[in-house]
Amino acid sequence: MNNLLGFTFILLALGSCRGLQDNDVDEEPELVFQPSKYGSLWPLPQNVQISDVSLKLSSSSFSITDAKESGAGASCGLLQLAYKRYYEYIFGGAKKQKVNRNARAGPTDLLELQVWITSPDSECDGYPSVSSDESCLETFSQLVYEDEYGTKTINSTVISDFPRFPHRGILLDTSRHFLPVKVILTNLEIMAMNKFNVFHWHIVDDPSFPYLSRTFPNLSQKGAYHPYTHVYTPADVKMVIEFARLRGIRVVSEFDTPGHTQSWGKGQTDLLTPCYSGSKPSGTFGPVNPILNSTYEFMTQFFKEISEVFPDAYIHLGGDEVSFACWQSNPDIQKFMEQQGFGKDYRKLESFYIQKLLDIVAATNKGYIIWQEVFDNGVKLKPDTVVHVWIGSGSNSEISKVTAAGYTTILSAPWYLDYISIGQDWLNYYKVEPLNFNGTEEQKKLVIGGEACMWGEYVDATNLTPRLWPRASAVAERLWSAKEVTDTGDAFSRLSLHRCRLVERGIPAEPLTPSFCLHEYKGI
Amino acid sequence: MNNLLGFTFILLALGSCRGLQDNDVDEEPELVFQPSKYGSLWPLPQNVQISDVSLKLSSSSFSITDAKESGAGASCGLLQLAYKRYYEYIFGGAKKQKVNRNARAGPTDLLELQVWITSPDSECDGYPSVSSDESYELTVDQPIAVLKAPKVWGALHGLETFSQLVYEDEYGTKTINSTVISDFPRFPHRGILLDTSRHFLPVKVILTNLEIMAMNKFNVFHWHIVDDPSFPYLSRTFPNLSQKGAYHPYTHVYTPADVKMVIEFARLRGIRVVSEFDTPGHTQSWGKGQTDLLTPCYSGSKPSGTFGPVNPILNSTYEFMTQFFKEISEVFPDAYIHLGGDEVSFACWQSNPDIQKFMEQQGFGKDYRKLESFYIQKLLDIVAATNKGYIIWQEVFDNGVKLKPDTVVHVWIGSGSNSEISKVTAAGYTTILSAPWYLDYISIGQDWLNYYKVEPLNFNGTEEQKKLVIGGEACMWGEYVDATNLTPRLWPRASAVAERLWSAKEVTDTGDAFSRLSLHRCRLVERGIPAEPLTPSFCLHEYKGI
Repeated sequence: MNNLLGFTFILLALGSCRGLQDNDVDEEPELVFQPSKYGSLWPLPQNVQISDVSLKLSSSSFSITDAKESGAGASCGLLQLAYKRYYEYIFGGAKKQKVNRNARAGPTDLLELQVWITSPDSECDGYPSVSSDESCLETFSQLVYEDEYGTKTINSTVISDFPRFPHRGILLDTSRHFLPVKVILTNLEIMAMNKFNVFHWHIVDDPSFPYLSRTFPNLSQKGAYHPYTHVYTPADVKMVIEFARLRGIRVVSEFDTPGHTQSWGKGQTDLLTPCYSGSKPSGTFGPVNPILNSTYEFMTQFFKEISEVFPDAYIHLGGDEVSFACWQSNPDIQKFMEQQGFGKDYRKLESFYIQKLLDIVAATNKGYIIWQEVFDNGVKLKPDTVVHVWIGSGSNSEISKVTAAGYTTILSAPWYLDYISIGQDWLNYYKVEPLNFNGTEEQKKLVIGGEACMWGEYVDATNLTPRLWPRASAVAERLWSAKEVTDTGDAFSRLSLHRCRLVERGIPAEPLTPSFCLHEYKGI
Repeated sequence: MNNLLGFTFILLALGSCRGLQDNDVDEEPELVFQPSKYGSLWPLPQNVQISDVSLKLSSSSFSITDAKESGAGASCGLLQLAYKRYYEYIFGGAKKQKVNRNARAGPTDLLELQVWITSPDSECDGYPSVSSDESYELTVDQPIAVLKAPKVWGALHGLETFSQLVYEDEYGTKTINSTVISDFPRFPHRGILLDTSRHFLPVKVILTNLEIMAMNKFNVFHWHIVDDPSFPYLSRTFPNLSQKGAYHPYTHVYTPADVKMVIEFARLRGIRVVSEFDTPGHTQSWGKGQTDLLTPCYSGSKPSGTFGPVNPILNSTYEFMTQFFKEISEVFPDAYIHLGGDEVSFACWQSNPDIQKFMEQQGFGKDYRKLESFYIQKLLDIVAATNKGYIIWQEVFDNGVKLKPDTVVHVWIGSGSNSEISKVTAAGYTTILSAPWYLDYISIGQDWLNYYKVEPLNFNGTEEQKKLVIGGEACMWGEYVDATNLTPRLWPRASAVAERLWSAKEVTDTGDAFSRLSLHRCRLVERGIPAEPLTPSFCLHEYKGI
């Protein structure tokens, strides 16, 4: 099975190294590269049988075709584009060779990959959803390797595969630093290579509002870092959504309120609560002002637009980290609290706002995802609300509580990838078992997946991609592969090869350990 | 003084952020961007006076010329190349504009930067050294700016400073304020260590980082070229070392032409290339291409098949080292070679019966530090015979090896204010500091502040001792970095070290540094360098790569 390996890969695991003053950095037994019987497959499919019979692929005669019986043919642009993409991934180095369809095929040649969509409705022109099936071309491309003469080779193999969890996401934050569209598209491409299927677009936040709203253009005109160079125009957003769709990725947008909204206030007068210093407005602003009708009129119009621009069935409404200090300082808010009989419990005011917001969004026929605080604060939620758990470590009790209350859940708490340290932290992400909490089988079925979060305080176009990959790949396998896939040694070997494959495809995916790739990154 | 800022730079420092669960990550009072009166200068020059008088630079009429009296003229390729480089940095966005020397100059135009090498020997064709004169004086005034420097090395720094003074006004006009600067480095040794053994770094990556070093006035590239994992240096004398010891004998080696290119590229930017060939430990990769060089380890009475440090008891070892370091001394022109000497494990030596016998013969008892010293002293004699000076990691000193008085000791263990540097300087040795600047250690947040706040001379010692500290190096060990992530992980974090080693001791205002460094990092990005951000912020021209 050794010849399954795509490239020579040597890993020297040697004891001492001056680079590490601190011996307790890596308490793991040292991981040594041993070829996996699963080659470079990542994430590992559910069922794999790889034989020793190897077949050759010639760039001039190999083709990817639609099966006659297929429910999707040449008219399915999504598939045709994917065929082109994967042909290029497989034969990347052979671009100069002319295609010669008359070349004689040898007896051990693999001539064709037939793609057969078995259902009459291929969903070719639809959008992926939380209940979609997945594509297998990536897996095929991962089976192809070069033999010692550089011949593209694949072993006779049978795979049947499906994801363990339907929601496998990456959160990118385009507010703390603006990410050029090109960077977003590149990362969607890498997500597809890791079978991620949700791009959680944390598009606006306190520092900047780069989303160009057709209804309220002042929001980005005043609230973006720059009104022209640092915004996402409607065409940009459309392109991101279509690029993602072609790769089976949902785009779930997040418009976080009532906190995390400083940038909204610049382009929308009276939206935020004026904070008071004693009896006078201090000139600063707090969360969205929940006591004005104009707030809800604004939200109604705004989320109507959002529900039209983003085709996904869900909108992420945020709702996290609401600070009550500003509300407490404002005499109008105080009066309102009294009228409503909220006493001094500002969580009730928060609930008041959120419930009105949920009604507004529900009227657009969208589902909604909210950060866990909204649940924690006892806001009345619709039964189909998705609660996003982010506080605490992997095996926290929060997820028990949320599922016990009957809510669908997404897990991010163990996967905050903006936290960095020297060493192989991917192992920590890999070892998480999402269902390792106290709860019934019914509760565990409510966990639909998770997301790796790359908050933007310290990343932008210069460092995002290598910081995210292949660390997020560890999360990809945890969310796709079977629960029993926990052998870190095997994972290390496959992930090392997977990362070299990413590098070969032009992606600056950072190294796991002292090692090399036959084809190193060609950029800076 | 607001118009000194090169680009609009807004920094929103807002309280809460979900990104940071952990409130003790950043215990600093929050740094808020306030334009510095020194604009985007980095590292801060020793003496700066910037006036409010602003002058315009036109890409069609502005020129960088050699002063008539200059000790280096058009024949100095180093300077001519630097003029081209800095013209492009200054007018990067104006490439499409045709040069029109007949355009009429306005009364507030800066027409010329005259470069005047004041010493008859400009050192244009030489190599920089630890005693190079890097000082310069820059006067920007209408209609001509003058950059005076005794040697080309100062002129290079002055050109960088000049380019940092240029900013765009709100109409996009390149503008510079009338300014007087006199400048020199606080420490003569300001280095970056890159490790090309744990991961191979393509030559292009090394050259890019040399370019960035020059933008930060670093002047030493410490090339930790080989180590345990791989031996990418292609030796003319012992080609088997890389043939067998590199990750790949062709794609992952530095050929003689590559090495020459790195050295010349560095020289043209005033940067020394100090190569490190670390022995007797950290040599696993050496053993693959050189039989009998490493000590065979024993398991009981039989060789275990594994190898330890260089075998110090064989004559063949010293014959090899003599030939090898003769080559190194010829290939690398710098006056110093870094000989390593750190982290020697004694377990393998202890297991080997031949070594045990030798220890007895020599009367070393059970003290393997004496054996290490035996090896190192022979090695130092070998290298001294090539007329090179040497730098060694602190353990060699700690283990009591007899050193020549001009040995440079490289301190790497412990935190900033450790006692090691006191001991080394008390013993009279010249010292380089790296302990507080291990940049391979990463964490979320503004760790550049920690590097910035180090005061290298903050140790117990006399004035004489403090004079022995010639500088420091930021180390980027290679376990977890390669071409994919090295550059953004190194910059602008290493820039913090650059200012600490260049600027006056009193330059410690972190707020001012934050503002200048934020602009400096945006300048690096504008020059095409993926230098990572300090905080939530933006650059008018974001990075165009992935």
